[in-house]
Amino acid sequence: MTSLSDPTPQTPVVETMPAKSPARLSPQELKLRRRARLNASIRYSLLIVVGFIMVYPLLWLIGASFKTNAEMFASPWFWPENPTIQGYIDGWTTSTPYTFATFFINSMQIVIPKVIGTAISATLVAYGFARFHFPGKRILFAILIATLLLPDVVTRIPQYLLFRELGWLDTYLPMIVPAWFAWEAFFVFMLIQFMRSIPREMEEAARVDGANTFQVLIYIVVPMLLPALVSVMLFQFMWTMNDFLGPLIYISTVEKYPISLALKLSIDATEAFNWNSILAMTVLALTPSLVVFFLAQKSFIEGISTGGTKG
Amino acid sequence: MAELQLKSVEKTYGNGYKAVHGIDLTVEEGEFMVLVGPSGCAKSTTLRMIAGLETITGGEVRIGDTVVNDLVPGKRGIAMVFQNYALYPHMKVRRNLSFGLRLKRLRKDRIERATEEVSGVLEIEALLDRLPKQLSGGQAQRVALGRALIKQPEVFLFDEPLSNLDAKLRASMRVRITDLHKRLRDEGRPATVVYVTHDQVEAMTMGDRICVMKDGHIMQIADPATLYQRPANAFVAGFIGMPEMNLNRAVLTRGDGAMLTLGTQSIALPAECAGRIHAPDGPVTLGIRPQHLDVVAPGTVGAFDATITNLEFMGHEVNLHAEAEGAGFVAVIASENFDTALARGDRVGLSPRPRNIHIFDVESGENKSLD
Repeated sequence: MTSLSDPTPQTPVVETMPAKSPARLSPQELKLRRRARLNASIRYSLLIVVGFIMVYPLLWLIGASFKTNAEMFASPWFWPENPTIQGYIDGWTTSTPYTFATFFINSMQIVIPKVIGTAISATLVAYGFARFHFPGKRILFAILIATLLLPDVVTRIPQYLLFRELGWLDTYLPMIVPAWFAWEAFFVFMLIQFMRSIPREMEEAARVDGANTFQVLIYIVVPMLLPALVSVMLFQFMWTMNDFLGPLIYISTVEKYPISLALKLSIDATEAFNWNSILAMTVLALTPSLVVFFLAQKSFIEGISTGGTKG
Repeated sequence: MAELQLKSVEKTYGNGYKAVHGIDLTVEEGEFMVLVGPSGCAKSTTLRMIAGLETITGGEVRIGDTVVNDLVPGKRGIAMVFQNYALYPHMKVRRNLSFGLRLKRLRKDRIERATEEVSGVLEIEALLDRLPKQLSGGQAQRVALGRALIKQPEVFLFDEPLSNLDAKLRASMRVRITDLHKRLRDEGRPATVVYVTHDQVEAMTMGDRICVMKDGHIMQIADPATLYQRPANAFVAGFIGMPEMNLNRAVLTRGDGAMLTLGTQSIALPAECAGRIHAPDGPVTLGIRPQHLDVVAPGTVGAFDATITNLEFMGHEVNLHAEAEGAGFVAVIASENFDTALARGDRVGLSPRPRNIHIFDVESGENKSLD
């Protein structure tokens, strides 16, 4: 490692080679250079075309949300001819007594406690598995991993019956409470893999410094775990925002509908669909996930790549 | 500061492997004790048991008057410096230094004063607002040192703190650490230190006393000079010293005087040397340091005739490798005394200086030539 305190500037000994002017290149060199340029332009053109095709539905969605209903299916091109925000106005008021704001708030009432609960419980469980020895650890870990392979549908009915007995139907509890008990093995597994890549010396140093197990977790492990934790929270945020089946099963009052159900509601309610208002609300429904993703992008990518390669 | 005592300390792992076999070690108050040995000799495990990072499965560790076996690391009154620095990557240097004090919920101004004092001693004031990743290896190690120093612990533990540094930096850090230890002693607050290393240069230059370990056993505890001049056994003799001591099988016979026979060649040992040897006649291990082997003309009395197999020019000295009766020897010759006409394949005489001859038991390796 070079000393950072040492301010002696490194004077370049070798002058950088002046770029050869094209006139001085031999025909062979010229040919190679031309071929490299051609290759690059083909590569990038292909990437741009494929990328555009992939992102086009999203562009269309945004564009169409500003179209009139009549224009909607007239042209597959995404740019609206007569841009209007009527879709947003109609969509926001909805066909129900509630505005879309209610549904946003409802969604947040599920998402926020669930994300926090997942972050806390998954970290605690992962810390236990990654750093401590206890009787039955291997078996418990095997069971945890086995639940990863368990299809969701299998547990739907027993869970429903259980929550009905608890009187939790038509509340958000069936969606929130499991998250506080590290219900999703995937997140636990992801955090364990990431933790295994963190050297233990830092934690040992903290213990020598007088930190107890919990303080080590809070002051040392969690800050180092942050990239992975951000990924966990982001995944949970997006999955919960997009979750349709959970609320569909447990929530029966329209007033309590989250966004995912509310969007469906506007399709059911009228005979002639107001496509532009549905699309407008879909765009709004997408926004939180997109905003959160771009805010957390750096940590997110660090989190999934480190966990993946070093695990 | 306090005395550190290990009484028949053992470490047996869950799978039944016994890493440490009943170690007894006392580190006096203010003493700099170095644990040294080849890798796998359990020196780090021993240190980690003192620190409380490994459970102690037998015996007793005592710091001052307290048996610390069941105390958590934070309550033992120790501070530790790790090989890879183990700085908290998300905290700036200032917070790295004060982490332990903040956990103790000391008053803010006291923490600040302590941080300033320690960073002054280690010349890291300019680094206080940097993150660990912005530090060079030497700077990071100084911060790690500061983190230990700031706690004013009873005992300092060092786990190979210099092995990640380059040779030049290692030498200067070595001096810095020993200086610091002396300074604390002069200031009337001596620091008890246990320092683990596999590097014998560090061990010899830094330690008040050195504890040489092998396979979870202590081979010898002594000050550097004693360790070099009077090794208790063949292992210590071979481990300490550069180049390694020549250890060769020979036969000891006592008739009119004591004779050492190497293959077909014999040399007579002078009376004062023979007097201190208390091994029975028969096969022994002859130990002679390369520095104590004189190169003389072949056929000289008191020398083994040998053939030069290699010559290494080191600058200030020359390492002469030679073979006599199938046994390999290394002799160190100061450059100015070196006969440049010598070449590989030449015959020379190798004459061990009688007062530096060591005789070890073949089986136990015990030194049988200590008076």
